[in-house]
Amino acid sequence: MKVLVAVKRVVDYNVKVRVKADKTGVELANVKMAMNPFCEIAVEEAVRLKEKGIATEIVVVSVGPTNAQEQLRTAMALGADRGILVETADAEPLAIAKLLKAICDQEQPGLVILGKQAIDGDNNQTGQMLAALAGYAQGTFASVVKVDGNKAQVTREVDGGLQTVELALPAVVTTDLRLNEPRYASLPNIMKAKKKPLDVKSPADYGVDVSPRVKTLKVEAPAERSAGIKVKTIEELVEKLKNEAKVI
Amino acid sequence: MAILVIAEHDNAAVKGATLNTVAAAKAIGGDIHVLVAGSGCGAAAAAAAQIAGVSKVLVADNAAYAHQLAENVSLLVAELGKGYSHILAPATSNGKNTLPRVAALLDVAQISEISKVISADTFERPIYAGNAIATVQSSDSIKVITVRPTGFDAVAATGGSASTEAVASAQNAGTSSFVNEELAKLDRPELAGAKIVVSGGRGMGNGDNFKILYTLADKLGAAVGASRAAVDAGFVPNDMQVGQTGKVVAPQLYIAVGISGAIQHLAGMKDSKVIVAINKDEEAPIFSVADYGIVGDLFDLVPQLEKLV
Repeated sequence: MKVLVAVKRVVDYNVKVRVKADKTGVELANVKMAMNPFCEIAVEEAVRLKEKGIATEIVVVSVGPTNAQEQLRTAMALGADRGILVETADAEPLAIAKLLKAICDQEQPGLVILGKQAIDGDNNQTGQMLAALAGYAQGTFASVVKVDGNKAQVTREVDGGLQTVELALPAVVTTDLRLNEPRYASLPNIMKAKKKPLDVKSPADYGVDVSPRVKTLKVEAPAERSAGIKVKTIEELVEKLKNEAKVI
Repeated sequence: MAILVIAEHDNAAVKGATLNTVAAAKAIGGDIHVLVAGSGCGAAAAAAAQIAGVSKVLVADNAAYAHQLAENVSLLVAELGKGYSHILAPATSNGKNTLPRVAALLDVAQISEISKVISADTFERPIYAGNAIATVQSSDSIKVITVRPTGFDAVAATGGSASTEAVASAQNAGTSSFVNEELAKLDRPELAGAKIVVSGGRGMGNGDNFKILYTLADKLGAAVGASRAAVDAGFVPNDMQVGQTGKVVAPQLYIAVGISGAIQHLAGMKDSKVIVAINKDEEAPIFSVADYGIVGDLFDLVPQLEKLV
C-alpha cells in the first residue's frame, strides 16, 4: 500500500512570533522555519507503517514556497521515499485540499496522513476537505491507527475522551499529539535523502485555481494581560477573591 | 438572510457550546435555524426549540446520524446549507471534524474558530496559538464558520419558541462506522462550560497528588484541568488538557496550580476573567498573566485554600 503524507513549512514552534508593524501579518524575515510538528507525527506514522510492512512506498507532498523543499528533504531523511512540491505562495486550505486530491488521483494511495492543523494558521481544515473532495472516510485527531487489510481502525481524541471508528480504505488520517513520538534523522539518512527524487510542480499542472477566497484585512497582537499582584497568604488571597474580584 | 447553526448535542440534551454559537449567529444577524442531526434525538431537538432567538429547528433523526459521523452529517449539512448565507458550528471536536467537509462539498472556504463578529462577512480569529489576531473577510456566497465558544456569551437556553421541522434526508456515505467510545466519567462540571476551573501542572508531581485539586474543585463546584506537561507525564488523561492543543476555557476564575505557564497553556486560558497562580518558582511566566499570585509550596497552600473557601 502506498501512503501519501502532506507536510507544511511553518515558523518553528519555539519562536515567539511578532506581529509586523504595518499589521499585514507576522514577521517571517530571518525567523527559523521548520516542519509543522503535527506533520512530523504524520511522517513518523507513515514510516512506522512501512517498518511494519504495511506501507510499501511513502510519498511526501508539500504545497508551499520553493524552500519548502527543505521540509520535504527532512521527511525523506526520516524515511519517505520521494517528494512532490507544488510551488505556490500562501494557498488556502481549500486550494491545498484540491491539489492533494489531484495528486491522490494520480498516485492512488491507500492512506493519506496529515497533521490535524498547522501551527501558523491554526485552521484544522485541510485533511477533512481532502477527504470530502476525494469521497474518503476520515479519522481526525488520531491517537492510534491500526491498518488491517482494506480497513483502518482509528482512535480519535474527542472532547469527552476517545472514540474509535472503522474506515474503509483509502482514507484520510489527521494526527494528534499523542499518536507517536517522532524520531530524529540520522546524518547518513540526511545525506541519502539528498539523492531521493523530488518533483517540483505548479498548481497549473493540476488545473487547480488557488486564488484566495478569504482576505486578511489586518493582523494584530492580542490584548496584553497585565500581571496583577502577589499575595503573601492564602487568607489574603481568599479575601481578594471574595471582596475585590467577587468570583467566589 | 438566514443562518444555519449545527447543534452540539448527545441526542438527550443540547450542549452549552450551541448557545455560544447561537450568540455568534445573533451577532451576524438574521433568521437563526438550528440543525439537530442524530438518532433518537427528539429530546435534544425539543431543548433546541427553547433556545432564545432561534426561529426554526431542523431535526434529522436517523440511524445514519447515530454517532454524528462526519462522512454522513457533512452530506446532510451541505444539502441543507445551500439555502443559507452562513453555516455555523461550535469549534468542538465534532464541529471541527465535520464542518471543513461541508465547506469543501460546497466549494467555499471555511473560517475557523472565530472569536468576534465584525460584520456579516468579516470576523476576528486567533492565529499562531493566539499570539496574533487576524481580521479576515470572506468573499464566498455561503460563509462556513466554526465558532470559538469562549469568544461569545451564551444566549439563554430557554425562552424561545421555535417551530420544529423534520428532515427526511438520510445520507449514508457508507465509508465509516462507529466502533466504540471511552468517555471520561465526570462527577464535576465539564471543563468547557465551568465557571471555575482548577488546573494542575508538572508541579503536582504525580497523578495521585491531583486528589488535593479534586477536593478543592468539589468545594468550589469547579472543573479540573491540566497542563500539557501533566498530561504528557501521564498524571491525568488527555481530555483534561487545557491549552492550544487541548481545550480552550474562559471561566470566571482559573486557578493554576504548579503550572509554569508555557505559551501553549496560556493560549488555552488567558481569556479567563480572573487568574490565580500558585507556584513555588516566583519567576514562573504564569505570574505575568495572573491577577493574584502566591509563591510557595502547593502542597501547603492548596489544602489551606480548600479550608477557607
